[in-house]
Amino acid sequence: MTRFRAQLIAELQVVRRNGEQLLLTLGIPVLLLTFFSLVDVLPTGTKDPIDFLAPGVLALAVMSTSMVSLGIGTGFERTYHVLKRLGATPLGRPLLIAAKITAVAVVELVQFAVLVPVAYALGWAPQSTNWALAIAAVLVGTIAFAGIGLTMAGRLRGEINLAALNGLYLVLLLLGGMVIPFAKLPGAVRAVAHALPSGALADVLRETLGGHGNQPGTSWIVLAAWAAVTPLLAARLFRWD
Amino acid sequence: MNGLTVRYGDLVAVNEVSFSAAAGEITAVLGPNGAGKTSTIEVCEGYRRAASGEVRVLGLDPARDQRRLSERMGVMLQAGGVYPGARVADSVRHYCALYGKGADADALVQQVGLADRAKATWRRLSGGEQQRLSLALALASRPEVAFLDEPTSGVDVNGRDTIRGIIRDLAAAGCAVILATHELDEAERLADRVVIFDRGQIIADGTLAELRRGHDEIRFRSSPTLDVHALAAAIDLIASQVGADEYVIDAPPHPRLMATLASWLADQGHPLTDLRAGSQRLEDVFRRLTADKDDKHGQGGAA
Repeated sequence: MTRFRAQLIAELQVVRRNGEQLLLTLGIPVLLLTFFSLVDVLPTGTKDPIDFLAPGVLALAVMSTSMVSLGIGTGFERTYHVLKRLGATPLGRPLLIAAKITAVAVVELVQFAVLVPVAYALGWAPQSTNWALAIAAVLVGTIAFAGIGLTMAGRLRGEINLAALNGLYLVLLLLGGMVIPFAKLPGAVRAVAHALPSGALADVLRETLGGHGNQPGTSWIVLAAWAAVTPLLAARLFRWD
Repeated sequence: MNGLTVRYGDLVAVNEVSFSAAAGEITAVLGPNGAGKTSTIEVCEGYRRAASGEVRVLGLDPARDQRRLSERMGVMLQAGGVYPGARVADSVRHYCALYGKGADADALVQQVGLADRAKATWRRLSGGEQQRLSLALALASRPEVAFLDEPTSGVDVNGRDTIRGIIRDLAAAGCAVILATHELDEAERLADRVVIFDRGQIIADGTLAELRRGHDEIRFRSSPTLDVHALAAAIDLIASQVGADEYVIDAPPHPRLMATLASWLADQGHPLTDLRAGSQRLEDVFRRLTADKDDKHGQGGAA
């Protein structure tokens, strides 16, 4: 337990020391949420754009922490031989991974503690909310995104990994049904968007937090499928040094 | 370690290598880059699997018992190993807690001379400071065996002295220290024993005294125009020119011989500078050994 605690503290210190990660995990979601709810330019299809945006931005926040932040951090740790050095301590891989997952959960908790009050302050008033189910969706989504981030971190070199993950973040942000409604995407792109974990998590959150889901049943299946496959992929492809 | 072989695909990096390192001693694993030092050490640390051969570290098989071994082992990688954004004191505290052996983080930071840099992050440290931090992390395990890969590379003179002092203390406390280096000078200053690698094989293994024994010589610098044949005739021994103005006589430095040499040089009007007499420096041992091997293989040239 002391080893897990020591590793968790180290992980959280790294998060705290990386200011640019904070911009990604908190700055951008707060900005998007505030801007598009005040400037009603997005064809959200809901009476108030915040009802569409709030769940979408929460999905974006989950993706930025579990995929981008975790992936970039782990990629650099591999490049700088941090993981290799930890491999020569009694920590072991299961505790290392447990500490990383817990650190992601802590950051997500902070994100929700900031974003949910901001959304309510901007007028978010969801009709029906099932927070338990929403948290379950966040967990499944976190697993799916962490699998993607760690697969890339385990294969690509530091700087290339950084660029690739930021690029993927942007693609998923635009295609993911997070801030752009599915209905506005062209047919073929819409089908792809529905099959992506970003769109699936946003859709599930929109259903559980307000009842505005597009096709929540399918989205749950899509999300679960990603969560089942990507960690296995990461475990298979990950190179430790 | 007995008959260790390490392969990368078809390439044999380490070929049937056997040696041992004792507790309380500093064993230098010496050789040019690419000679198989790091591969050998990485097998000992449990990072790499041997293609064949038997390896035991503290009685444990590093491939099977890596976790148990890691609790008692200190490791210093050739480079990196620390979160670039982590502070010195935080990193040392982190490793002290991971090992859970009660090592005092503040004392370790002090010991490696980084007390005034405790709040600096890894990426802001100089090369030498990074190496000292790596050493502190290795010490956090209170090691019974320590594998240090090029511990003073990129370190300035003062930093080197600090690191060497710590390594000596570590061995004096009973730790088996295995030091990989390509710097002969480093091995000469630190090691009790030297294992010399060349192209995946051990070409010499012994204490410094053993490696030098039987290789007494007189080495001196003089005029580039000195006639070595006339000198050889005068002293009745083999003399050879080994550099533009450097000469070697393969013989122990007997006072009578030294007197003859000095008076011959005086009679010929040659200067005498830089006289060294006695056992060869490790560098010369190394040159001789690698040259011998090249001759045997009929390849010539240096490794």
